[in-house]
Amino acid sequence: MENREMICINCPLGCSLSVSIDGDNIKVSGNTCPRGEKYAIAEVTHPTRTLTTTVRVANRSGSFVAVKTKNPISKEKLFDAMRIVNAATVTAPVHAGDVIIADMLGESDLIATADKE
Amino acid sequence: MLSYDLVIVGGGPAGMAAAVSAHDNGTENILIIERDDSLGGILRQCIHNGFGLHRFGEELTGPEYAARYRKMVMERNIPFVCNTMVLSIEDTDNGKVVTAMNSDRGVFTLDAQAIVLAMGCRERPRGALNIPGTRPAGIYTAGTAQRYVNIKGMMPGKNIVILGSGDIGLIMARRMTLEGANVKAVCELMPYSGGLNRNIVQCLKDFNIPLLLSHTVAQIHGNERVTGVTIAEVDEKFRVIPEKSQYIECDTLLLSCGLLPENELTQAAGIDLDMITGGASVNQNRQTSKNGIFSAGNVLHVHDLVDYVSEEAELAGRSASEYIKRGAVDKKIVKTVSVGKAGGIRYTVPQRIDIYDENDDVKVYFRVGAVMNDVTLTVKADGEVVSGQKKRKMAPGEMEYAVVKKAVLDTMPDAIDIEIVK
Ligand SMILES: Cc1cc2nc3c(=O)[nH]c(=O)nc-3n(C[C@H](O)[C@H](O)[C@H](O)COP(=O)(O)OP(=O)(O)OC[C@H]3O[C@@H](n4cnc5c(N)ncnc54)[C@H](O)[C@@H]3O)c2cc1C
Ligand code: SF4
Repeated sequence: MENREMICINCPLGCSLSVSIDGDNIKVSGNTCPRGEKYAIAEVTHPTRTLTTTVRVANRSGSFVAVKTKNPISKEKLFDAMRIVNAATVTAPVHAGDVIIADMLGESDLIATADKE
Repeated sequence: MLSYDLVIVGGGPAGMAAAVSAHDNGTENILIIERDDSLGGILRQCIHNGFGLHRFGEELTGPEYAARYRKMVMERNIPFVCNTMVLSIEDTDNGKVVTAMNSDRGVFTLDAQAIVLAMGCRERPRGALNIPGTRPAGIYTAGTAQRYVNIKGMMPGKNIVILGSGDIGLIMARRMTLEGANVKAVCELMPYSGGLNRNIVQCLKDFNIPLLLSHTVAQIHGNERVTGVTIAEVDEKFRVIPEKSQYIECDTLLLSCGLLPENELTQAAGIDLDMITGGASVNQNRQTSKNGIFSAGNVLHVHDLVDYVSEEAELAGRSASEYIKRGAVDKKIVKTVSVGKAGGIRYTVPQRIDIYDENDDVKVYFRVGAVMNDVTLTVKADGEVVSGQKKRKMAPGEMEYAVVKKAVLDTMPDAIDIEIVK
């Protein structure tokens, strides 16, 4: 049995949540609404984050384009993802929504969030 | 001289939203003037997500949010000029005059019936902070670092200390960590963080970056380049406690100590400013002390969510459009009351409410000066409580609002107060 304290980030109230984990039995307290419980369970079972960063544009010297993972990816894979993204380049023109790296780490597409003509 | 119904100064989210809303209310002869090379404002460098949850019901990055508004501007064929800086605005007997400059036309002037000020804000520079020590290279505001990293792809340093826990500092702590830097600490002078909870969790806790509350940078070391900083705990009067100081080796110090609305133009035009917000003092339509000149977005007061910037700018754009349609005159005011504040409220926007024969509900935005738990937010008219709302928690980092109902304003009160009661 393990206890963890965390702050719910879903709304400005920022409830302090207490989570007790006993195998598959997870109990959340301190939440004001169901979103807090859902968040806490995700945080202790499989925390995910959206990665936002930039990719070098190969044919525009000194130029970068903003990108994000289309879906949140496992938190522990953020640094692996950064290594992949920093080794990649794109060729302009690029448009927001274009897939830059498909199915990165088997978790999500990496897509452009801005245009580069 | 070129003549417009509405001139908008600044093409960030506030300027774009004001233009779209004025257009949709029937004003078409608009010009947006932007000094940068494209529309979008500060959002162009804010590549992280978290924008638009209220407005679009989804989490967008800064460039994506800006693109939505740019598209709305384009679809309506609203005219705009970039690479053009507004130098001054004047309210003369013969109307309003905007003086601007660009490389094509040099200095030129425009006539306008109404103006929306949407110049945004800038970061408090080091000069305004007064940290003792040398003046080596390696000290940047967090926003400048953000531009380097996100636009130019350059890292300002490897070992980093951040002073101030504003949102930009928190966002940059994560961004630079992901790019391989070692962010050693975030020092916050106040006993609480000025940043949003979600940023403290996702930007610091996720990466085990310590947040040191009631701490400041007591001294900067290094001759040519920063070699380290002495950080220290402060007492309740913000005085450094010398016994509680420590040296941290670092090559870069980022400052994230607040934003200042950019109001040189406003001040030079003789418009009244609010000493606390640093922005113009406005009525509920976001009209400044001069008829026909409106203000919205971060130039009016610093917002933490761009969604509220858009909402406010839509209001300002609509008000400007109505002013123009009335023939550049103000609506008949029965009386003006200034909004009173008590119980720990630092400022309100609007600062005053103009009461008309027919009124609408008025949302009064405010910020508190300290963290408060389990309080009641009340609205008083002529000293009587007319509405109350229980609040579990209020913090300086989050903007709040209270609604003054139409029915209350229709009673023509002489005083309106927003008060927080324990
Ligand atoms: C670093 C940072 C991080 C942020 N993170 C978030 C976040 O995670 N989520 C969120 O919701 N919000 C966030 N915000 C807030 C949000 O980005 C701002 O509230 C919003 O951009 C403000 O819009 P604005 O139009 O008022 O100002 P700005 O975006 O600053 O635009 C003002 C524009 O006016 C132009 N201008 C100024 N003076 C002149 C002149 N004299 N002549 C011509 N043009 C002029 C400027 O060039 C600029 O383009 C962040 C803000 C910053 C600074
Ligand atoms: S638990 Fe519900 S009320 Fe509390 S912070 Fe989370 S979302 Fe907000």
